[in-house]
Amino acid sequence: MSVAQAAASTAAITPAGQEFVEFRDVEKSYDGRAFAVTRMNLSVARGEFLTLLGPSGSGKTTTLNMLAGFERPTHGTITLEGRPVDRLPPYQRNIGMVFQNYALFPHMSVEENVAFPLSVRQIAKADIAGRVARALDMVRLKQFGDRKPAQLSGGQQQRVALARALVFEPSLVLMDEPLGALDKKLREHMQLEIKQIHTMLGVTIVYVTHDQSEALTMSDRVAVFNNGGIAQLGSPDDLYNTPRNSFVASFIGENNTLQGTVGAISGKQCRVRLDGGGELTALAVGVAQGDACHVAIRPERLRLGTAAEGENALAASVDGRIYLGDHLRLLARLQNDQVLTVKVDTEATMANGQAVTVCCAPNDCRAFPADAGTAGSNSKQGKIQ
Amino acid sequence: MSAMLPSELDRPALARGRSAADADFKSASAAIRRAEFGDRLRTLALAAPLLLLLALSFGIPIVLLLSRAVYDPTIADALPQTSQALGEWNGQGLPADAAFTALAADLRDNQAKGTAYELAKALNARLPGARSQVLKTVRQLEGAGGKPPLEIMKSVPFWSAPGTWPAIANGTHALTSFYLLSALDLRWNADGGIERVPPEQAIFLQVFLRTFFVAAAVTLATLLLGFPLAYLISSVPKGLAAILIVAVLLPFWTSILVRTAAWTVLLQKFGLVNDLLLWLGFATERLDLMYSRIGLIIAMTHIQLPFTLLPIYSVMRTIAPSQMKAAYSLGARPFTAFRRVYLPQVFPGVMAGCLLTFILCLGYYITPALIGGASDQLISNFIANYVNVELNWEMAAALSFILLVFTLALFGIFARILGLDRLKMV
Repeated sequence: MSVAQAAASTAAITPAGQEFVEFRDVEKSYDGRAFAVTRMNLSVARGEFLTLLGPSGSGKTTTLNMLAGFERPTHGTITLEGRPVDRLPPYQRNIGMVFQNYALFPHMSVEENVAFPLSVRQIAKADIAGRVARALDMVRLKQFGDRKPAQLSGGQQQRVALARALVFEPSLVLMDEPLGALDKKLREHMQLEIKQIHTMLGVTIVYVTHDQSEALTMSDRVAVFNNGGIAQLGSPDDLYNTPRNSFVASFIGENNTLQGTVGAISGKQCRVRLDGGGELTALAVGVAQGDACHVAIRPERLRLGTAAEGENALAASVDGRIYLGDHLRLLARLQNDQVLTVKVDTEATMANGQAVTVCCAPNDCRAFPADAGTAGSNSKQGKIQ
Repeated sequence: MSAMLPSELDRPALARGRSAADADFKSASAAIRRAEFGDRLRTLALAAPLLLLLALSFGIPIVLLLSRAVYDPTIADALPQTSQALGEWNGQGLPADAAFTALAADLRDNQAKGTAYELAKALNARLPGARSQVLKTVRQLEGAGGKPPLEIMKSVPFWSAPGTWPAIANGTHALTSFYLLSALDLRWNADGGIERVPPEQAIFLQVFLRTFFVAAAVTLATLLLGFPLAYLISSVPKGLAAILIVAVLLPFWTSILVRTAAWTVLLQKFGLVNDLLLWLGFATERLDLMYSRIGLIIAMTHIQLPFTLLPIYSVMRTIAPSQMKAAYSLGARPFTAFRRVYLPQVFPGVMAGCLLTFILCLGYYITPALIGGASDQLISNFIANYVNVELNWEMAAALSFILLVFTLALFGIFARILGLDRLKMV
């Protein structure tokens, strides 16, 4: 992703040239050969909720640590409100941070924990008490002020960490997988709570997670990381509907992936010959004729029945069904033995082995170059089979 | 943590229902206590053999030995008639002649039973010079012919000297504070009050002070050396940490005697340390490191280092790196973060390590004996001397008792400041 593209997609939020945080050609290497982060350009607008999403080892945490000041880039600059911060130690950056393991100070009470950033700034005692009370009130922990962190549940501890990172009114807050240690229900609850606080305070948040649904739920924009670089940066909607490469297509949401070879290209579309037989029309996303490609199709864009004019139609047989409460997923085995997941109503009454036709619009199929790194281990398809 | 609470959202509901459920709660907690009591009983039964062994091999001998500090029946047993005769004496001047006669009879009985020397020694401990006088008198009484014992007794000036009879009278009480007072350089004066012994006889207070000083100095030195090292070990990768820990523990696997002997080689006048100091130009002439306080502290510091370091390390290891990161990100400068976040968390380990080293140092024996000079002997050396050389177990017991009291008091103060549960041993 180039700077121009990134700037274009943030234009709605920030006037050009006034990025709140900016990474310019930032690189980080620990041994001089392998790069944890390669040539990264990224800008964050004031008040934005930006999520760095990616599998472990993709460079998202390194990026966050460089922004927090715990690590220094080996190349490039990071600016905060137009000021380079590369030489600024973490304690002078005025950035709030929430850690995955909360990092509450166990020897201090909840109140003392929240008061810590204020007391190191030498703020008057009376002032501190009021601000701590307000911060604890915000995370609904007012009555727990004199407890020790160990006496709180995981969710409560995380809320204390949140209050502590916000109480000194930093303009930027970093969160490093803050909900990773919580169970699913509590995590969803906390996602809403963080989002509410973000809206209420208008603070800029850079959030790291490997959970794509968390990223989609909370963010204004998401930067998908892969192999030390940003695979795609955009709104959740962009990432879901118009992935730019097969990594993003398979990492965000659920996608069927079919292997094939690009045939004739006409305008935005191309013909794809599927490996093992079959043919369909897809959007060409950076492929040339003769390329090996991956075609990504969302399960909810597939339909069983007869194809309309100009639609792709693939003959298949029902290979299994997965009941999910509000809908049903059918596994449709194509004649070339590749399996598609199709989202259908719970009323659907297809028996195993029944012959069906799987239809989809060409614009819902996206053909990517096959070499651009697939995220096979992260795709939902792997889990279903 | 979250497992303990049904859900944090339920908490207000729990609080509301509390008063109503109070009775239920009480009966439930009684049931829990009953169940726990059974558990405790089982645990106790499992530990019983060990407790019994400890009581037999450790508790009872210590109590028996320490009781000798206040219970010394040697003189009372040896002088039954004298004890009786002194019953009416008011302690002023000389007792009645009957007491002299009784003492003479007791002395002759002891000679007959072969316990005269023991008596002489026991009296000598309280009454310097008594040994030769007792033995001389016994010989005279034996070879007296027809001479009345009273006359012989009166003819020896020692038995009419001012301090003699109060000391004997005191000795005839089996229960005595004499040794404990002596261990603190105190004694009973003629008027029945407690006074300090004359400066030329006072030794033990000074030795106690010296012992505490050396222990404190060694503790401080091990802390200054051990704290940064523990920090280093806790912050390097695991493999390297293991190597460093082995390096720290290696001396542990060598006998303390061998290590002390090694230091005598290093510290002597023409030893390695002096060579090095001269070569580096830190000293212009060879220093007397052997048989000196400084040499003693160096050797003890080396031996004690792991004891201070390990508890500190074990606590440092549990502190997540994110603690300091969090402190920095919240605006704390490195020193503030260290003082307010790191130090309070490692403090229990520091206290445990220092306390361990300090208490162990109070009992050092071999190292001061081999490396310290005459004026560097610690209280244990005196105790050992009383046990092995002087055969005055009462005095040894009294010194041990005072040392034990000091040590327990110190431990009590630490425990009070910190809370025992916060003392994290290895």
